[in-house]
Amino acid sequence: MSLSYYPGCTLKTKAKNAEDSAIAAMAALGIELVELPRWNCCGTVYSFAGDEELHQLAPVRNLIRVKETGGDRVATICSFCYNTLKRANLLVTSNPEKMHTINTFMEEEIDYEGDVEVVHLLEVLRDDIGWETIAEKVQVPLTGLKVAPYYGCTLLRPQEIAIDDVERPTIMHDLLKALGADVVDFPYATECCGSYQIISNPDYVSQRVWDILSSAMRRKADAIVLSCPLCDANLGQTQKELMQTHSEFKGIPILYFTQLLALALGLDPEICRLELNYVDPRPLLESKELLRQ
Amino acid sequence: MERIGVFVCHCKLMAYMDTGTVVEAISKKPDVVHAAAYEDLCLAPGLEQVKDTIKNEKLDGVLITSCSPVLHQEVLRQAVTAAGLEAHQMQAVDIRSQNGVKENTERAIEAISSALDKLKASLPPVRTKVPITKKVLVIGGGIAGIRASLDIADGGYEVILVERTHSIGGHMIQYSETFPTLDCPQCIETPLMTDTGQHDNITIYAYSEIEEVTGSIGKFKVKIRRKAAYVDWDKCNGCLMCIEKCPPRVLSEYERYLDMPKRQAHRRAIWVPHAQAVPMRPIIDKDHCLYFTKGKCRVCEQACPSKAIDFTQQESFVEIEVGAIVVASGFDLMPKSAIKEYELDKDILEGIEFERILCPAGPTAGKVIRPSDGREPKTVAFISCCGSRDPEHGVPYCSKVCCMYLVKMALLYMHAVHDGQTFIFYIDIRTTGKGYEEFVQRAVTEDNVLYLRGKVSKIFRDGDKIKVWGADTLTGKRIEMAVDLVVLGMAMLPSEGVKELADKLGIATDEHGFMVELHSKLRPMESSVPGIYLAGCCQGPKDIQDTVAQGGGAASKVLALFAQDEVILEEAAVR
Repeated sequence: MSLSYYPGCTLKTKAKNAEDSAIAAMAALGIELVELPRWNCCGTVYSFAGDEELHQLAPVRNLIRVKETGGDRVATICSFCYNTLKRANLLVTSNPEKMHTINTFMEEEIDYEGDVEVVHLLEVLRDDIGWETIAEKVQVPLTGLKVAPYYGCTLLRPQEIAIDDVERPTIMHDLLKALGADVVDFPYATECCGSYQIISNPDYVSQRVWDILSSAMRRKADAIVLSCPLCDANLGQTQKELMQTHSEFKGIPILYFTQLLALALGLDPEICRLELNYVDPRPLLESKELLRQ
Repeated sequence: MERIGVFVCHCKLMAYMDTGTVVEAISKKPDVVHAAAYEDLCLAPGLEQVKDTIKNEKLDGVLITSCSPVLHQEVLRQAVTAAGLEAHQMQAVDIRSQNGVKENTERAIEAISSALDKLKASLPPVRTKVPITKKVLVIGGGIAGIRASLDIADGGYEVILVERTHSIGGHMIQYSETFPTLDCPQCIETPLMTDTGQHDNITIYAYSEIEEVTGSIGKFKVKIRRKAAYVDWDKCNGCLMCIEKCPPRVLSEYERYLDMPKRQAHRRAIWVPHAQAVPMRPIIDKDHCLYFTKGKCRVCEQACPSKAIDFTQQESFVEIEVGAIVVASGFDLMPKSAIKEYELDKDILEGIEFERILCPAGPTAGKVIRPSDGREPKTVAFISCCGSRDPEHGVPYCSKVCCMYLVKMALLYMHAVHDGQTFIFYIDIRTTGKGYEEFVQRAVTEDNVLYLRGKVSKIFRDGDKIKVWGADTLTGKRIEMAVDLVVLGMAMLPSEGVKELADKLGIATDEHGFMVELHSKLRPMESSVPGIYLAGCCQGPKDIQDTVAQGGGAASKVLALFAQDEVILEEAAVR
């Protein structure tokens, strides 16, 4: 089975570790992720700027690319891309007038009618494959690894596009349980990391990141698992500074769920590109004997 | 019918039509020998005019046009029959509406014309006399059912009281103390429970449910399912020696599954809900009994001096015939898991769980401790409207009692923990009962209960403390506080299985599952089926005061019915 896949900019640059591990893991599960031809930036940030149609052009254009391949479904790995594409879909389907304006403006393109389904890779794992099948295919169970799933906001808000229960999501919990990990629930799992405030208001973000990390650590998590490259950057990059301001803080690895999926399926740890993670997770994974070749 | 009289009633409510035009148009209709406008036909002088006109004009058909006849049709009917006509020789038609004068007038003429046709076509109804079986079934042994049972039994009639659990008493007996007078239910409800158990006219079927109901007012046939208790209650003398020896320790549904330190709130596999149960008879919980699960033990059997333990007991059925039914099936609370922003934690309690901890007859004998570690909580946050007035997470309606029971518990806590501190988060404080507002003022001024106006967005454990994130909308500030214990005022829902019960009885429920009264203000005790009456929270959230009042009200309805020997059932005749 093959599935149209929209990578987005970050997965080709800062988050190669997310992309490489995802493609390999999905192949091992029998799904070939086929990169969408001629994709462009999802339009993030700008697409949230009010409801101006102009800002929806980038995501809609990507969805038109899916239609051009003859497909009606596209998967994302980056939570932010998921949010942007799905919200563009929500806007055009709930507002035919705006859909018409967008189509008229992009007269060089075929018309878009909200007819492409946007899914996140976690949904594919849950709905197309299923936790039981995944559990059966696990070669290296993540036994003894205490992981705290961190959802952030983009997978869950607004409510209309949430991949799971908005307040008490379990989709990443369920995946990690299927992989044999000890899942740690923590109250900041759905709190915002501070997002793009990192540029204009870095102190605010480092406070939020500290709240999130310290909450997970108080619940005895060894690592935090997520799907969003922006959360990853905030939660990972800020740690150096936090180690200086909080002398007792020694850092906590942040991993993509795709990396743990690939590891648990028994794939070569090289494919997980663990060296790219902001906080090196290898000592932790080695201590749990999860880096077998 | 050849001599029809049309009485067009008009009062101030009818000022929106031209009654003169209506009367003129109707008087030209065939067989109408009398048509005139009258004022206030529903009052005694008006009714006299109707009676006189029927006699003087020798009318054989009467059409009364007025506002909605739902409430006064009976009075009009009595006047017409007093003047010698049969009930079917009268029709009442609603011509009140709220459009313009012209439209109203035209609409009234149309409605009266159709009603005239209906009147001419009407046949005498088929009447059956049904002797009233002067026994009543009361469904539910909470305070509403107890009050209704006692009042009817004291009136001299036989009562069959069916209770789903194995003791009567309902939710009330679980509470610590009751607002606004702070008397404890273990003192004020138990005399009523005992009286109910001892009363010559009351038979209690505890641990039983309604299986089937057929028939109608005066003669209902009811099948009661008595669940298997695995104890022969006739042989059992209530000594409870069986319980002392029973090995398993299980979370108790009566204690709301509270998991207290040292298993203080646990029960055994053979158990009674509490020390004042009526009837004082145990049941065996098959899921936890060692004999049923592992095939060995039978310690209770050896301990029982009366040889009452019967592992082979099966459920049985009792069939009874009653003349009336009182439904008092009560309420349940919305589970706290419904509010997903609030973490599930041992120190985040539903109100009724904290009632048990405060209760002198509760698992800790009234010693206020936290379920997680047994320590005395020094700070407690109470959260109002958890699920109530919140269509997003729960129900749109106000549960009516939470404002009062939360402040009551805050006050009781302050009396128990003198160096403690309490916060009550609220949207509005609703204290409409007698002495209620004074109670709140006392809690604030004398017991330092602190109110914060705002909703709470998130509650979770943070190490030893419980974090509460909220807002104080009076200062416009965010609030983050760490407390030792949180108490949630969960919304009241109709009791589990209410829909199935209503279906068996054939009575209507509203969109939330509460049973529908015949008229929200004037007939609150009557269900949509004659002979079936409502009492307590099955009809809507209410406090003990209102519940008891409605229980007594339902009883008076039954007593009024039983003062007659027969009811006349009318069925419309078919041509």
